Amino acid sequence: MGQVFHPSANSLVRAGLGLLVILALLVLSSALLVERSPINTLVGVALSQPVPFSHAHHVDEIGIDCRYCHSSVEDEAFAGVPATERCMHCHSQIWADSPMLAPVRESFATGVPLQWARVHDLPDYVFFNHSIHVSKGIGCATCHGRLDQMPLTAKAESLNMDWCLACHRHPAPSLRPVGAVFDMDWRRNIDTPTAPGLMERNGVETRGLTNCSACHR
Amino acid sequence: MAHVNMTGCRRSLMQPSGWLAAMVLLTLSACDDPMANQPHHEPLERSAFYADQRASRHTVEGTVARGQLDDDRYLTDYRGPDDPLPIDVSLATLERGRERFEINCIMCHGGAGDGRGIVPARGYTTPTSYHIDRLREAPLSHFVRVMEKGAGNMPSYAAQVAPRDRWAIALYIRALQLSQHAPASALSPEDLEAIETGAAAAANETPESSEP
Ligand code: HEC
Ligand code: HEC
Ligand code: HEC
Ligand code: HEC
Ligand code: HEC
Ligand code: HEC
Repeated sequence: MGQVFHPSANSLVRAGLGLLVILALLVLSSALLVERSPINTLVGVALSQPVPFSHAHHVDEIGIDCRYCHSSVEDEAFAGVPATERCMHCHSQIWADSPMLAPVRESFATGVPLQWARVHDLPDYVFFNHSIHVSKGIGCATCHGRLDQMPLTAKAESLNMDWCLACHRHPAPSLRPVGAVFDMDWRRNIDTPTAPGLMERNGVETRGLTNCSACHR
Repeated sequence: MAHVNMTGCRRSLMQPSGWLAAMVLLTLSACDDPMANQPHHEPLERSAFYADQRASRHTVEGTVARGQLDDDRYLTDYRGPDDPLPIDVSLATLERGRERFEINCIMCHGGAGDGRGIVPARGYTTPTSYHIDRLREAPLSHFVRVMEKGAGNMPSYAAQVAPRDRWAIALYIRALQLSQHAPASALSPEDLEAIETGAAAAANETPESSEP
């Protein structure tokens, strides 16, 4: 009986095995790519909202400060989203008949809240706190991007753990004077203290910032 | 917390099956990660338990939350112009007042307090100018009360301006009133000259919102 496999089958098997490994790597790396792509992180993706609220309109054109609507951001962990009443401060008179604002008027009349879809939503096992970042001089725009130019709200950053850690390891370059935190358009200028100078002025304490227990408590 | 809710749904690719599903279908398994969505409620989360669907409940009427007792100083303890002001009249208080005014009032009342803000320019009732005689003569507590209760077409700002800040804003309004009503004799010769040479425009500019 002759040989079943021709000697060249050996190299075929080797090549096949090699291909298999490459395929496995491809599967894994594309999985990782998908995980980090906007398909998963939703960076830059606007969600469907009950009212097409525009930060570009309200912040850039009308010049409303973030704190008019997100009034707990300086003092609390949670920045909050404004209650219907706050929209009605102005929209009781401005665009008072606009169909676009019908859900706001209905919520105001019935007391049933508007259901805003969360654009940023960390897993519940992560602890985050706005007030510490705001009081140590991290600008809204550093984490949320140029909201004043977004007609619809979308995430600017992945909010992955490595994103948090990159800054926690070395926060100095991301700092600004505390008075400029709400300035969407802030840029370093001649009068801005150096990065180490800001670390000192803002009283930033890096000890323990990368401990697991800082964010997972 | 009044009429507002946020709904969230964390997608998860943490499980290998999630990865495969994502790659094959490019659609994601929704809300399936029990660690990311634990049964407790986050602020403003939707709750199926209450009829109005709000997990964040209003406080029961009459509740005094921790720290609120302090506010009595700014709310009820001050009974009239004979009582001492509950804030100290200092540059720091004035600065705080300016900051809070620019957050909460400037869009309607304008940087000079004359009622020419951007929101009235878009069709809202034009607010009363702070520089009419009645308001120039009104005590600080009048402004504090307007912020608390509203006035005519102006809604109440009690939900977003803390009691202490109401006094700081009132103080800043007083400063605005004085700035718009300074007799020429109170100006230094340099200022008078500046006004005459037309640099007055600078004085009308709204103050910068950054540092002093
Ligand atoms: C007129 C009120 C108003 C002002 C002023 C305002 N916001 Fe918002 N903001 C909202 C509302 C309403 C939402 C929820 C709807 C949405 O996501 O677009 C929101 C959503 C957001 C979100 C996303 C929340 C989420 O779901 O994760 C961020 C971040 C945010 N705002 C930041 C800012 C910043 C920074 C500023 C100042 C530059 C600002 N906002 C000014 C009303 C306002
Ligand atoms: C301080 C006043 C003010 C507040 C508070 C306010 N708005 Fe507005 N909004 C305006 C003005 C002024 C316009 C009209 C802008 C223009 O003339 O183009 C506007 C326009 C809009 C529009 C139409 C935008 C478009 O596409 O043309 C929507 C929708 C809207 N607002 C939603 C909201 C919601 C939701 C809230 C509450 C979170 C809110 N606004 C709070 C002043 C306000
Ligand atoms: C260090 C980064 C960082 C900075 C600086 C920051 N945010 Fe956020 N913000 C986040 C993260 C992370 C979340 C999601 C929190 C969660 O899911 O629990 C968030 C959520 C929000 C939300 C949704 C409601 C909430 O609290 O979950 C709003 C509104 C918001 N931010 C507004 C602001 C404003 C206004 C500023 C500037 C004063 C600001 N943020 C500064 C990271 C940041
Ligand atoms: C751009 C820089 C930056 C980013 C991004 C950032 N942080 Fe921070 N974080 C800081 C700084 C600065 C501090 C203040 C350190 C101090 O002085 O205490 C801080 C403090 C904290 C604290 C308080 C730590 C303590 O022990 O008191 C927590 C919790 C925290 N950050 C969580 C997060 C999480 C979660 C993320 C990602 C979603 C994040 N941060 C992203 C800069 C950042
Ligand atoms: C600066 C804040 C921060 C610190 C410090 C931190 N984490 Fe995280 N961690 C996060 C955030 C944010 C997420 C959620 C990422 C996401 O949305 O997928 C996370 C997710 C995780 C997850 C689950 C998600 C995954 O990737 O599988 C694990 C496990 C984890 N962290 C472990 C740790 C350990 C162990 C440490 C200490 C060595 C640590 N973390 C320190 C912010 C932090
Ligand atoms: C949405 C626009 C708007 C905003 C924001 C606003 N106001 Fe007004 N305000 C008005 C209007 C309109 C009137 C005129 C009310 C009337 O007489 O019907 C008014 C009137 C007033 C008056 C005069 C009341 C009287 O005795 O006649 C005072 C004082 C005042 N506002 C203070 C404030 C302060 C302080 C803030 C910020 C915390 C503020 N307003 C924010 C619209 C606004």
